[in-house]
Amino acid sequence: MSCFRRAVFLAASLLLLLGGPLGGAGAAEVNVYTTREAGLLRPLTDLFTERTGIQVRTVFVQGGLAERLESEGRRSPADVAIVVDVGNLMELVDRGLTQPVESAALEAAIPAGLRDAQGRWFALSTRARAIYASRERVPEGEAQGLTYEALAEPRWRGKVCVRSGQHPYNTALFSILMIQHGEAWLRDYLTRLKANLARRAAGGDREVARDILAGVCDVGLANTYYAGLMLSGRGGEEQKRWGEAVRVVMPAGGTAVNISAGAVARNAPNRAEAVRLLEFMASPEAQTLYANGNFENPVRPGTPTNPIVESFGALTPREVSMAEVAARRAAVSRIVDEVGFDR
Amino acid sequence: MRGVRVPLHLLAAAGVAVVALPVLALLAAAARGSGDLWPHLIRHVLPGAAVETLLLLAGVGAVVVGVGTGTAWLVACHRFPGRRVLSAALVLPLALPAYVSAYAWLDVLHPAGPVQSGLRALLAPLEMGPLPMPEIRSLPGCVTVMGSVLYPYVYLPARAAFLAQGAELVQAGRGLGAGGFRLFRSIALPLAWPAVAAGASLALLEALNDVGAAEFLGVRTLTVSVYVTWITRSSLAGAAQVALAILVLVAGLLALESWARARLRGRGAGREGAVPVLRTLSPLAGWLAALSCLIPVLLGFLIPAAYLAWAAWGRVAAFGPPRELGAWIGNSATLSAAATLLTLPAALALAMAARGEALPDRRPVLGRALLRAGRLGYALPGGLVAVGLVVAFGALDGLTEDWARPLPALSGTASALVAAYFVRFLAIPAGGLDAGYAGIRPQLDWSARAMGAGPGRILARVHLPLLAPSLLAAALLVFLDTMKELPATLLLRPFDRETLATALYAEAARGTYEEGAVAALALVAAGLPVIALLVLGGRPPGGQPGLSARG
Repeated sequence: MSCFRRAVFLAASLLLLLGGPLGGAGAAEVNVYTTREAGLLRPLTDLFTERTGIQVRTVFVQGGLAERLESEGRRSPADVAIVVDVGNLMELVDRGLTQPVESAALEAAIPAGLRDAQGRWFALSTRARAIYASRERVPEGEAQGLTYEALAEPRWRGKVCVRSGQHPYNTALFSILMIQHGEAWLRDYLTRLKANLARRAAGGDREVARDILAGVCDVGLANTYYAGLMLSGRGGEEQKRWGEAVRVVMPAGGTAVNISAGAVARNAPNRAEAVRLLEFMASPEAQTLYANGNFENPVRPGTPTNPIVESFGALTPREVSMAEVAARRAAVSRIVDEVGFDR
Repeated sequence: MRGVRVPLHLLAAAGVAVVALPVLALLAAAARGSGDLWPHLIRHVLPGAAVETLLLLAGVGAVVVGVGTGTAWLVACHRFPGRRVLSAALVLPLALPAYVSAYAWLDVLHPAGPVQSGLRALLAPLEMGPLPMPEIRSLPGCVTVMGSVLYPYVYLPARAAFLAQGAELVQAGRGLGAGGFRLFRSIALPLAWPAVAAGASLALLEALNDVGAAEFLGVRTLTVSVYVTWITRSSLAGAAQVALAILVLVAGLLALESWARARLRGRGAGREGAVPVLRTLSPLAGWLAALSCLIPVLLGFLIPAAYLAWAAWGRVAAFGPPRELGAWIGNSATLSAAATLLTLPAALALAMAARGEALPDRRPVLGRALLRAGRLGYALPGGLVAVGLVVAFGALDGLTEDWARPLPALSGTASALVAAYFVRFLAIPAGGLDAGYAGIRPQLDWSARAMGAGPGRILARVHLPLLAPSLLAAALLVFLDTMKELPATLLLRPFDRETLATALYAEAARGTYEEGAVAALALVAAGLPVIALLVLGGRPPGGQPGLSARG
């Protein structure tokens, strides 16, 4: 049955062709798994290669990064993991997929609260979850006094927009509120916040700005960098109008801050290069690029924030430990279900 | 075909084994236990998700069957203005992934978007206040978006079936005084029903597995809750358990469908070379028919694609085309071609094994079971297939590390990704070829054998030519589906290997929509030649219908 043999042969050779080792030997390289979109990291990795001659290969993975690292085990090519959201980060750490790193450069560059005491992770930027308020319908004085807690008050009934309560940005914020106010309070808060929603909790953060522009709602929860991106005009004129419709409010009583972070993978074949990449990411030059690329806040003290982000006001984070925030994620997710936040 | 039974079954079983890999890995994950997650899921998550899923499937099912058969009946059996163009254009929504359509429609219909702004500007002098507009971020919105891109799954086989019914039956019906709708309801539709059911089941599985469009439009389906359980509730075990429970349900439904189809076998048999007789519609009815066929094309393709083109134009005019566009297209095309080339032989083996010896009294039990098992991957969410394969390939690599050192690791290579496509989409050619075989009468085999032809010769000279339209249609559908696939591609692709779908997703996830619009438009554009082939392949000179998912 030559036809079958041919088919089997074709299949086998294709598999071999596709399965063959992809990396070329020789030049020093470092492999990055990231939940950050590649376009954002490229300027940084290009600069790193230019400075050090080390080639950087990246793959942007969303959902399943931990599974991929874990399953690849000893044979994993991954050297560095760069992730957003402290919950995703801690999942890697808790599953033992990262390894401790001792680096004077990293310790000097990143404040103690923004890195692991054992060197298993290092924050590379902070991401502030702010309140967006309509410039047209919410008076400035009132907007500047807004807090997360106040959004659940009856006066905002039918006027709040927010993405899914199960999204990591929201679970992290709710975890911070839970640490500060307790579980029963959070349950009540989410019930009241849900009652204030103008539409289903869905879509993304930038929809909050667009919906405010369109009059669907007056206030909402969204990260600051979305407003930065919109106002920069990088997304086009249309999005600039969305950004201009909202006032980005750093909530009174402190802002909930999440992080993007880097870690050296447990089985990193190129450990030295991995540490060099992280050290580079924390350097003043890279911090400026990294923070400006996505309008986040740099972690290295003294690094200037992007002027657009600067205009939103000073960032005073709510004082909570990142590890504690991550630890409450599962409990918060359950409460979100129980109050039917997304329904 | 005694001589080929063993290699045939081996090849078929090898295909099923690949499908089984992620399923087994997920079973292992599910067996790890998910603590006290289930009482919570049952109380707070699954009932609501099940209701939303059922409503979504009922809605999408009604839309795809209604639109798919209705338009197919119109273009296959009637003469009206624009019929030829519409007959081809009705396939176009296949090029548009549901999540892209959802993004585009939200932009178009948003209160701050072009439609509502335009209306407001028009009506401003009347001072009517805010206009009540349908909210797309809702279940009905989601049904409309999904139904309008998925109906071609029914349209194609239904049109093929109507074309194959030929003149006699329809003439006979007309002779008995049946006209228009009655002819459709009492003769044409029952004859085409197996094809319609097969197409509808594909569409419903697509809708069930979608996560991008549903999540974006705020519809909490079971599949969305699988992802939330995995990612946010950090329980792969729980996610695997829910997914496997869904899989059992789907397997039951598929068994029911195949049982129903087996009972209907023969009813859908058309005649090769049948020539349909076109009924000329009155001018008014003709324009109404044209309009009825135009609306699905507008909703499912023209409006979202035009919007994408406009958004992409804005991006390119301001910043130039994305630098890596060529690489994205190349990667998408290579991966899709590899997936198609691997899927077809396995599907052919499955369909042949399921056909058995072409003897009326012998049901190929093993072959049918293999075929059914091979189709199961289509019912698994793409992201979970990917995780299952990540785990399975990781285990394989661990084995080769210990026992066969020189073998390269498979994890993180394109082979893992192609395997995921294989698992997800084997059902399409397997089902299509199975249906194609149903149209080949066993008498043909008997005559060929009587003339001394061996099994290889029968396959090459008799079966393959007859199966050519089914093969072509299946190949094109797999290619298209692979290009549009997102969740598995996101998780499994190798370093620096961006595809159109992942590039688009990366931009959309970050909110830089214009940049994503270029990739989305390229994705749609790359699908168009494939669709053109699909349309042309639908009516080769021999008059054989294309996606012959009948029987």
